[in-house]
Amino acid sequence: MDNILVTEKIVKNFGDFRALDNISIEVPEQSIFGLLGPNGAGKTTLIRIINQITLPDQGKVFFNGNILQPNDVHFIGYLPEERGLYKRMKVGEQSIYLAQLKGLSKIEAKKRLKYWFDKFEIGDWWNKKVEELSKGMAQKIQFIVTVLHEPKLLIFDEPFSGFDPINANLIKEEILQLRDKGATIIFSTHRMESVEELCEYIALIDRSKKILDGKLVDIKKQFKTNAFEVGLVTEEKDKLMQEISQKFEVSKAEFKSLEDDLKLRINLSDSETSTDLIKYLNKRALINHYVEVIPTANDIFIQAVKQNS
Amino acid sequence: MNKLKLIIKREFLAKVRNRSFIIMTFVSPLIMAGMIALVVYLSKSSMEKINVVAYVDNSKFFSKKDFKDSNTIHYINLTEVNLDKAKKIVQESNHDGLLFIPEKDSIEQITESIQFFSQETPSMVLISSLENNLEKKLEKEKMLQLNIDLKKLEQSDLNVDIKLSNYSGEKSSKLVNGIKIALGMGAGYIIMMFIIVYGAMVMRSVIEEKTSRIVEVIISSVKPFQLMMGKVIGTAGAGLLQFFIWAVLMFLMLVAGSYFFGMDSMASVQTAQIPTDQMEAIATNDAQFALSEILKLPLFSMFIWFILFFLGGYLLYSSIYAAIGSAVDNETDTQQFMMPVIMPLMIGVYVGFATVINDPHGTVATVFSMIPFTSPIVMLMRIPFGVPLWQIALSLFLLILTFLAVIWLAAKIYRVGILMYGKKVNYKELYKWLKY
Repeated sequence: MDNILVTEKIVKNFGDFRALDNISIEVPEQSIFGLLGPNGAGKTTLIRIINQITLPDQGKVFFNGNILQPNDVHFIGYLPEERGLYKRMKVGEQSIYLAQLKGLSKIEAKKRLKYWFDKFEIGDWWNKKVEELSKGMAQKIQFIVTVLHEPKLLIFDEPFSGFDPINANLIKEEILQLRDKGATIIFSTHRMESVEELCEYIALIDRSKKILDGKLVDIKKQFKTNAFEVGLVTEEKDKLMQEISQKFEVSKAEFKSLEDDLKLRINLSDSETSTDLIKYLNKRALINHYVEVIPTANDIFIQAVKQNS
Repeated sequence: MNKLKLIIKREFLAKVRNRSFIIMTFVSPLIMAGMIALVVYLSKSSMEKINVVAYVDNSKFFSKKDFKDSNTIHYINLTEVNLDKAKKIVQESNHDGLLFIPEKDSIEQITESIQFFSQETPSMVLISSLENNLEKKLEKEKMLQLNIDLKKLEQSDLNVDIKLSNYSGEKSSKLVNGIKIALGMGAGYIIMMFIIVYGAMVMRSVIEEKTSRIVEVIISSVKPFQLMMGKVIGTAGAGLLQFFIWAVLMFLMLVAGSYFFGMDSMASVQTAQIPTDQMEAIATNDAQFALSEILKLPLFSMFIWFILFFLGGYLLYSSIYAAIGSAVDNETDTQQFMMPVIMPLMIGVYVGFATVINDPHGTVATVFSMIPFTSPIVMLMRIPFGVPLWQIALSLFLLILTFLAVIWLAAKIYRVGILMYGKKVNYKELYKWLKY
């Protein structure tokens, strides 16, 4: 698959502070790419460089295979974390203005806005001033304005903040649809459950450096510890646990089940396999729960950042 | 380029549609006109007020003839009663004052011992007209004493009137000088006011974009420099529109005003004109003369210079205002940066008022009309008096050079500042931003 966006050894300094240190990422076309990192890691700076708001001190950005050009802003849609609208401007007029700045003609902008306003059933907001809208309503307008020019690359920085669960879900569906229609999405967030749910690729930036990137599945494989969660139905829980712990590394686990069973997390060594474990357990008790422990995005995030420090 | 136009249009409309703009544009000329009318009315009525002055003349130098009523003073002779009683009478009948001339032997002594009693401090105009009246009489007396022939003296009274003209033979008069001062000062003052009012408007608009958090959305579509310049230019457009509307309103009010107030004077001029040709000289009243003199000035080139210096000055300062707006989070934080901006403007106006009137081409005026931060004001004050073209060109050149440099610096600060939140900014910080 081709990469729609590639950054090559981006360096950005603010005075003595190095905000980005040799950041290289590759964003495959038509993927959802999670740009993750703790606060102040440099995500926003990188996003601003992609949007040509800030210029890098060193390094190159390629868009669609070519060096990023000023006119490429027409093919990029950006929903910043710090976002807002002109409070005293009317919704319709403002949306047209922002669309025109992205290169749409007035007529085209109106046509597309009508489609989106109908879709979200907000047609009667057209002549309202933004200050009359609630925060969630304004966020919807903001979302529409971001995607209106049908950009090839969409960059969302915390897109769900300010939305109630229903509207957050609506926006999530829209994002997925946009991906299916061919858009690529860079997604910066702290909400790991949405990373888990949406992202196919991730890059993790910590203290100005990229510490991890690739396909989320591959990263999970890399981070998995050969651990298994098991539920065993037994009369003598303590005794069984003691017995198992002599052979394997065991700790108590928590998960939901219908039985009052013995819940364990068992870490295997590199030489042991899942088959060995099942065979061993099967002889001693009824196994009603058996699952490989897959690290969550949250686990990976925390672990990677801890390792880096 | 297309986007710049869009931004200019939005900024222009945002300013023009603002309620306060509409009120400012249409109400303030009415308030101004009202104020002027009030001042004229009040000064007229105070001119017409007749002061009642009683006098006690115990000297031998004055006669009743010397206390003839004038336009503003009505005299009451209380010489018959003594001073204390006269004071009482004046107080009781609420006259404006009592003039007391004691009995003295010589004229010199008299000049030093005349007194005026009154409840409130009398106006300078009243006192000086009283003094004039007495002085004239006493001088005459003195001349008689010195055996000076009054007739001959009167004949010897000459009045030198130097006619002013420049080398190309254009005549000017002192009245024109006054008009030049008024035009120059007016132009300089308007430029200062415009820069302060509209510069602050640019600044507020930058702060608004920052606090409403729309700025990052916008600059993901356009360059920060475009946004800044669009704002500066769009705001200037709103200002020019306001100027234009004011000019039209002023013209209409002038026409209406002269129709209502000037009818009798115009009518009397016309009736006076018809009977004899001799009256022609009188018929050209002051206003008409002033108008014809104004029309003789190189108005067109003055207008061009006004626009050029105005644009230069406005661009210079408004880009600084934009940079300040970008550096702060709210308007109260702007205070520390405002002083250095307003200072040169103030200096320009005061230097202009103080030096240009006395000596339009003196060293101080010339130097300040070259310094770019004061030149738009001071040079415009000098221009009506005729400034060599090379000086104007040099001044304009320096101004353009400076505003290019300042816009470049301002844009650098602006670019960083608009994305900076929650940071208390000082000059050191701004300097750092220049290198980001």
